[in-house]
Amino acid sequence: MSTLEIRNLHVSVETDGEGPREILRGVNLTVRKGETHAIMGPNGSGKSTLSYAIAGHPKYTVTEGSITLDGADVLAMGVDTRARAGIFLAMQYPVEVPGVSVSNFLRTSATAVRGEAPKLRLWVKEVKETMGFLEMDQAFAERGVNEGFSGGEKKRHEILQMMLLKPKIAILDETDSGLDVDALRVVSAGINAVRETGETGTLLITHYTRILRYVQPEFVHVMAGGKIVDEGGSELAATLEESGYDKYVKVGAGA
Amino acid sequence: MAVIDATGRPPAAAAPAAPVRSRDPEAHPVPTGREEAWRFTPLRPLKPLIAGQEPDGKIDISVAAPEGVEVEFVDADDPRVGRVLTPVDRVAAFATVRAGGAVAVTVPGETELTEPIVAALRGEGGVCYSHLVVEVGPFARATVVLDHTGTAKYAGNVEVHVGHGASVTFVSLQDWDDDAVHAGAHAFSVGRDAKLRATHLTLGGHLVRINPTVDYRGPGGDAELAGLFFTDAGQHQEHRLLVTHLERNCRSRVTYKGALQGADAHSVWIGDVLIGADAVGTDTYEINRNLVLTDGARADSVPNLEILTGEVAGAGHASATGRFDDEVLFYLMARGIPAGEARRLVVRGFFGEVLDRIDVPALRDRVMAAVDAELSAVGA
Ligand SMILES: Nc1ncnc2c1ncn2[C@@H]1O[C@H](COP(=O)(O)OP(=O)(O)OP(=O)(O)O)[C@@H](O)[C@H]1O
Ligand SMILES: [Mg+2]
Repeated sequence: MSTLEIRNLHVSVETDGEGPREILRGVNLTVRKGETHAIMGPNGSGKSTLSYAIAGHPKYTVTEGSITLDGADVLAMGVDTRARAGIFLAMQYPVEVPGVSVSNFLRTSATAVRGEAPKLRLWVKEVKETMGFLEMDQAFAERGVNEGFSGGEKKRHEILQMMLLKPKIAILDETDSGLDVDALRVVSAGINAVRETGETGTLLITHYTRILRYVQPEFVHVMAGGKIVDEGGSELAATLEESGYDKYVKVGAGA
Repeated sequence: MAVIDATGRPPAAAAPAAPVRSRDPEAHPVPTGREEAWRFTPLRPLKPLIAGQEPDGKIDISVAAPEGVEVEFVDADDPRVGRVLTPVDRVAAFATVRAGGAVAVTVPGETELTEPIVAALRGEGGVCYSHLVVEVGPFARATVVLDHTGTAKYAGNVEVHVGHGASVTFVSLQDWDDDAVHAGAHAFSVGRDAKLRATHLTLGGHLVRINPTVDYRGPGGDAELAGLFFTDAGQHQEHRLLVTHLERNCRSRVTYKGALQGADAHSVWIGDVLIGADAVGTDTYEINRNLVLTDGARADSVPNLEILTGEVAGAGHASATGRFDDEVLFYLMARGIPAGEARRLVVRGFFGEVLDRIDVPALRDRVMAAVDAELSAVGA
């Protein structure tokens, strides 16, 4: 039973020149395997900060609170250890790794996460099939990681990694942004394929409700001003669709 | 004809005096460190070589060559010596004089070698000099590897002539011990329709200063110069290139990549390309990229293109020095890859373009292993 538990999480970011600045101000959240949670909120509300803090980005400092995965202290783990423990973050802005091919990167990563090098023949087949599922050209495997990828290609590549690494907890930061309808359909199918295994807890971070038509969450959380200010089921997403974030932004600002 | 340099500025009113070109050491001034050619170089370790101190050490040279290749030791006044290289500084001039002759390697015309010629140069300490001449005859194909190891205070001249229509791959590996001092004038001449691929791989040494120069002896020549250096704490590694296009329709490509780590790691890359007034149809491009892995390291990179003709096919240069990107490190680690391995991936990826060109597999593996070892030495 995989459970990610976030308790009273306060996070500061190191700004350029102005010292640390508090972004998250007491976030509580529990994600169990098989569940899908959506975190929605206006720009700048702290959604990416939450995902970076879970993944362990060095720029974000946890000043208070805890994150545990099946009881183990995630905050005590390095970035790579967290990933090997089963935490996966699909980045909002994946970076280029010049000269490192996708195939080399995927294999190195799978070897690290699985604890042993996957058998070559099976691995090649697995990558090929997964790329096929995501409607990615096989030639992609030989390109440099994210080098010259379009926005949509970068997101497919993130989902490809998620499908291959089979994480316990998958955090998808604005995976839907910048996708056209076709790409959104394919990417959502990838996310759903992982959900359907029942082995992964999914945290879907998004600004828009569009992706929620393809990937239905059981839980919706609204973030504003570095806090979760409202929670509900999938019906909450429908409400947000109509009324937007206006009322929450005021709440956040007052905090 | 207008003279422009890389910046598009007109030349200084009083252009710096052309360097003295002479085999006579005393014809060259003693460098003070203020000269353009010496301003980046720490002179102290080079003192004995600048002074032309009599050799008190030894560099062991053994040449393994496939059948059909002639290897001999010739006098300094042999016509092959100085055919390609005319020294532009005291150190290079002394190298020939003090070496007392040259190792001459001759590949007869139309010989197609399938195995490389490997010259192992092992420094056994002390001040020493050598001169190596490689002549590759018309339409021949050859690969020549220079493998420098051990330690010495060493001035080594190398001249390589690529005969017309011939094709030569040249690799010089500087895999010295930490305290070695190496000044190398490496001169190449490329015959009509000939092709040269020269790669300099500098990993070790306390001070390494290599001066590769290329000239063309007929139209249609093609020279690709590549380099890789990994500069560690306290090391000075300098590559000063000069490609002189005086013939028509010749091509040159220069691609140098360096990684630096540790306090006072210092690399220098100078890329001078001169295109003469008659060199119409010249196609040239040079690039140097440096990856600074830690604080305290410094990379100097100066490309310079001087064009005296209006009719080039292409001429460009680029230079960029960047720090190791922490966001890349985070991305790779967020995929479970430990920091040390992530750094290796990034650095190998960065060097890939140059590494992939080393078509001597054993050498490529050695360089990769050396780079990996350097990276893990820092415990990153
Ligand atoms: N490295 C940083 N330096 C300074 N401020 C930062 C940094 N990272 C985040 N912030 C600030 O923290 C706040 C929250 O940012 P975050 O990226 O978490 O928001 P978000 O909810 O993901 O927004 P978006 O919907 O635009 O992706 C913003 O005000 C942002 O400017
Ligand atoms: Mg964000």
